[in-house]
Amino acid sequence: MAAPQAILATGAERRPVAGAPAPEPVLEVENLQTVFYTRGGLVKAVDGVSFTLGRSETLAIVGESGCGKSVTALSLMRLVSDPGRVVGGSVKLDGRDLVGLDEAELRQIRGNDISMIFQEPMTSLNPVMTIGRQIGEALILHQHMSRKAAVARATEMLHLVGIPEPQQRVKEYPHQLSGGMRQRAMIAMALACNPKVLIADEPTSALDVTIQAQILELIAKLQRELGTAVILITHDLGVVAETAERVIVMYAGRKVEEATVGELFARPLHPYTRGLMNSIPRLALMRREAGPVVNRLAEIPGIVPALSNLPPGCTFAPRCTFADEACRAQYPAYAEKRERHWAACWHSDKLPGAAHD
Amino acid sequence: MTEAAPPPVLEVEGLSKHFPVRKGLLRRTVGHVYAVDQVSFTIGAGETLGLVGESGCGKTTVGRTIMRLIEPTAGAIRLDGHDVTRLGKSEMRPFRRQIQIIFQDPFSSLNPRKRAGDIVGEPLKVHGVLAAKARRERVAELFERVGLRKAQMDNFPHQFSGGQRQRIGVARALALNPRLIIGDEPVSALDVSIQAQVINLLMDLQRELKLSYLFISHNLAVVEHIAHRVAVMYLGRIVEYTDKITLFTRPLHPYTEALLAAVPVPDPAIKRAKRVVQGDVPSPLKPPPGCHFHTRCPYAEARCRQEIPALREVEPGHHVACHLR
Repeated sequence: MAAPQAILATGAERRPVAGAPAPEPVLEVENLQTVFYTRGGLVKAVDGVSFTLGRSETLAIVGESGCGKSVTALSLMRLVSDPGRVVGGSVKLDGRDLVGLDEAELRQIRGNDISMIFQEPMTSLNPVMTIGRQIGEALILHQHMSRKAAVARATEMLHLVGIPEPQQRVKEYPHQLSGGMRQRAMIAMALACNPKVLIADEPTSALDVTIQAQILELIAKLQRELGTAVILITHDLGVVAETAERVIVMYAGRKVEEATVGELFARPLHPYTRGLMNSIPRLALMRREAGPVVNRLAEIPGIVPALSNLPPGCTFAPRCTFADEACRAQYPAYAEKRERHWAACWHSDKLPGAAHD
Repeated sequence: MTEAAPPPVLEVEGLSKHFPVRKGLLRRTVGHVYAVDQVSFTIGAGETLGLVGESGCGKTTVGRTIMRLIEPTAGAIRLDGHDVTRLGKSEMRPFRRQIQIIFQDPFSSLNPRKRAGDIVGEPLKVHGVLAAKARRERVAELFERVGLRKAQMDNFPHQFSGGQRQRIGVARALALNPRLIIGDEPVSALDVSIQAQVINLLMDLQRELKLSYLFISHNLAVVEHIAHRVAVMYLGRIVEYTDKITLFTRPLHPYTEALLAAVPVPDPAIKRAKRVVQGDVPSPLKPPPGCHFHTRCPYAEARCRQEIPALREVEPGHHVACHLR
């Protein structure tokens, strides 16, 4: 397999080549279980998810709505609200388990060691507080800075994230900024305390494509400079391919596949991953690819099952063209199919070599 | 355009929509937002025109103005050669049947208190086309055509998934046998696996029914897949307009270039020189003078800051609004 390359980008130069040792983990998640107690019964939104995140690594978690990717992120910070609860597993930050901590101890971690940015910057910023005060809040709380020092540091952060006229902007309110600028301000806030881990939940999905490119470039640049590890949660395989080093694919609350980005795109070993890759239009014309333009997109038939009513056996079986009796009877083991490439599928060996050949 | 004898299904000429900006106690008009500014294009029978651009570029306003959901400030809209721009409500009626629209959000565009079958049958009822019984049969036929089951006609919207709801929207748009369907970001709210299903459905319907589409989208990959020709909008104006292959292989406008360069490619093995265009889209309230794109354009010259570039046909069928190309 050729080492994946992209020119500017992003995590490219640090992307692991198959066989390279895994970087030292900063975050270790083991068998995470998050459930929601609903009127319709118990819903397992995150069902036994485990992964590690290396120092200054970018890990993408991909999947469609309801697959549990956002709940996984919220569970790491214990931000899942009622009726949801983390009921099992461990989340170790530099060896320290966060699951047993009380609220006060968690507050020391949130925004300081682990911080998060969300999809919609307008709803996650406080509309009646200036940008400077919002960024400064974490600094005053965690780093015991004076208000004045916090504002100075906030101005510096705004400059770092590429907001023009930071001295002016620091006094402004969120509605005075454009969408892209708000997302930059969110990033400034998240990185103010220099966290070890940044969780970005669909950070660019609400933005226009030219602004998305700017924000992704910014996250990659800051990550290089500050050495922050990033968990990138997204549904966009294009974003994954251009920014992540490793990828986890989730379906119906479980991890179904995991590999380095080059390996995953070259050789998806789960039919769901394969289906996702085949179902997106690929801008073949723009890339001047040889051959006729495909007239029909490959569909994944059916719909994502409701978590409250999962089929027995493999949850993807009803939509899978490879499914047989074994699949419908028992959920497949999550196994290492190739070096550092795991998948939960009975039939990985039957999938052809590449997804799009 | 090179279309021969029959007039195009839709012809839009010099379409403008200016919204007044009112301020103060007396709601005095203090200025105008040029949401759509001198937009012209045609769509032939069985053809899809992709209308792309970022938020605030006016693409949605173009769609709604063609539907006459918004009254145009200037310009002409011709359907099969008939000028419908100034028609009154009752005169417009027969033409309304010819154009239908599919909205982005399958959750807010369906009345939650109505049964799916009634939603799809509504246009037939409003236009008094079919009696109750025949209407039900037609709705059943439409359900099957868009990949829903007849038995689901009595369900309410909340009982359907996002993709299925969008199918209901498609069925409703098809009810009156229109010639043109305007899709306003029809697949943008859907998950990728479902998005493919709806795109395939739209393309199948076009082939079978010779439908014309105005496909409004910000997703260039989807537009590349579904459109025959593409118009790129920036702050109310069309900046480039040509056939799909030319646009994606030889874009001429710097904004089109920037848009294409910004789309993340879902293949880590692809080497791509990525030029990230800097800056934000300026506010449509205060668009920059001259070429609207000059504030972000890497090639801008003095002239671009003063003169508005006209949309010129630089080679047969390829229109660009740029002083430098």
